Amino acid sequence: MGRKSIELILFIVLIFLLAFFLYKGATSSGYNWQWFRIDEFFLKFDKGKLILGPFLKGLLITFQISFLSFILTNVLGFTFGIFRVLNSFVARLLGYLYVEIFRNTPLIIQILFFYFVIAPVFNISGFWSAVIALSLFEGAYACEIVRAGIESIDKGQWEASFSLGLSKGNTISYIILPQAIKKVMLPLTNIFVSLIKDSALVSVIAVYDLTMEAQKAISETFMTFEIWLTVAFTYFLINVIILIMLRLFSYKMRWGDV
Amino acid sequence: MNFLKKFFLILLLFSFAANLSASEGTLDKILKRGVLKVGMSTFVPWAMYDKKGRLVGFEIDVAKRLAKDMGVKVQFVPTKWSGIIPALLTGKFDIIIGGMSITPQRALKVNFSIPYDYSGMSIVANKTKAKGFNSLKYFNKKGVIIAVRIGTTAEVAAKKYMPNATIKLFDDESQAIQELLLGRAHAVVASAPMPAFQAIKHSDRLFLPIKDTFTKEPIGFAIRKGDSDFLNFLNSWITYVKAEGFLKERKHYWFYTRDWEKLIK
Repeated sequence: MGRKSIELILFIVLIFLLAFFLYKGATSSGYNWQWFRIDEFFLKFDKGKLILGPFLKGLLITFQISFLSFILTNVLGFTFGIFRVLNSFVARLLGYLYVEIFRNTPLIIQILFFYFVIAPVFNISGFWSAVIALSLFEGAYACEIVRAGIESIDKGQWEASFSLGLSKGNTISYIILPQAIKKVMLPLTNIFVSLIKDSALVSVIAVYDLTMEAQKAISETFMTFEIWLTVAFTYFLINVIILIMLRLFSYKMRWGDV
Repeated sequence: MNFLKKFFLILLLFSFAANLSASEGTLDKILKRGVLKVGMSTFVPWAMYDKKGRLVGFEIDVAKRLAKDMGVKVQFVPTKWSGIIPALLTGKFDIIIGGMSITPQRALKVNFSIPYDYSGMSIVANKTKAKGFNSLKYFNKKGVIIAVRIGTTAEVAAKKYMPNATIKLFDDESQAIQELLLGRAHAVVASAPMPAFQAIKHSDRLFLPIKDTFTKEPIGFAIRKGDSDFLNFLNSWITYVKAEGFLKERKHYWFYTRDWEKLIK
């Protein structure tokens, strides 16, 4: 028996004990585990036909919301990011206020406020309320990324551009932004992952995303822990897949270090 | 290595100790602790906060009386309704006293006492959106939106009686009512008397399509499975206070008079 094998045995025993405690916790709590009922929430076979379960339907909505928000987030991020480096005092103040207000208040309150207070005025649906509220929140972060990207470009670039007689606007759009975009591409795409996670909060305004479908399933079956664990794992899996794809893509595009 | 061996031995002892600790009933635990922990959620007029931030309501009176008869103090644990059963199962409190309807689905997870009260679902609708809807069949149509609180029997009733309507789920009743007031839902289904209260409060925008409740639901205490002694005590207690007239008197005060409103406003 070498030292390594003893440690290995100890490790196995420890894992075993951990599993035992988890098992004890799971059984002694009086909670009746029913993992075997989980699959029907994803796919069901009905008379030989495949039917999308509620979780997959919810996942589609989650994707739709995240994707639309991602586009809008980028629009907001670039607009206000550029605002924050302009000469105009008003534009800079607007950018500053936007970022600080949306970064320093809870997203759940922003979503509720938008849906119950602002949406009725313009007759915006629950789905679009969710998209807009999420975009405004994530856009504040995107704005900071864009601003940092612009500010990371060497001062010499600005000076060279001005000495060639370009205006500030032209300098930004032809000289600075093309260089900054390359730098901010990766952090901006990471926002997509944040959006997928944060979109779980739209369930508070009765939008049927994955989280809402999970809550509905729980209220019907009371399989609380099985469903939450499954849904959390689904989010995890999807985000890991997206991250891996982003890494490969960014490597191909040579967006710089990850 | 020596340290690891010791550590391992201690762990082993612990795991045996965990197994050996005698399991005592909830009743003994409560008496030893001197506190009855009650899981509840706010539903008007079962449980609500008064002006001073204290809990009042029908269920609050029931819980206080139960604790008094056990000779212990009462501690309320306000919990989101949608998560109240798992919170009970994982031991966050001893009992749910919150106007919980006895249903087969719930009874698969928890043990219910005999009913100590009966409630029913009623429906309140938006005057402009649901114009002329004077029976449930009008609401059972595609395109009709019903807002309810998630995890309640209102959700079950809405699905059962209005399967063709779209059900929108919210975490609490005030949000569902807000949705109705904004005209984004045709109706809200909830336990009586809340819909009637709302129809009076917003008589300009809301109305009651049907005057009475359309379901009858037994209300019971919910406790964890596998504790027949505690369940037996609860059943005996309910039988006792029922005979005494306490439940009837409290029910009348909270549901058929509005004397308590001055506590709230």
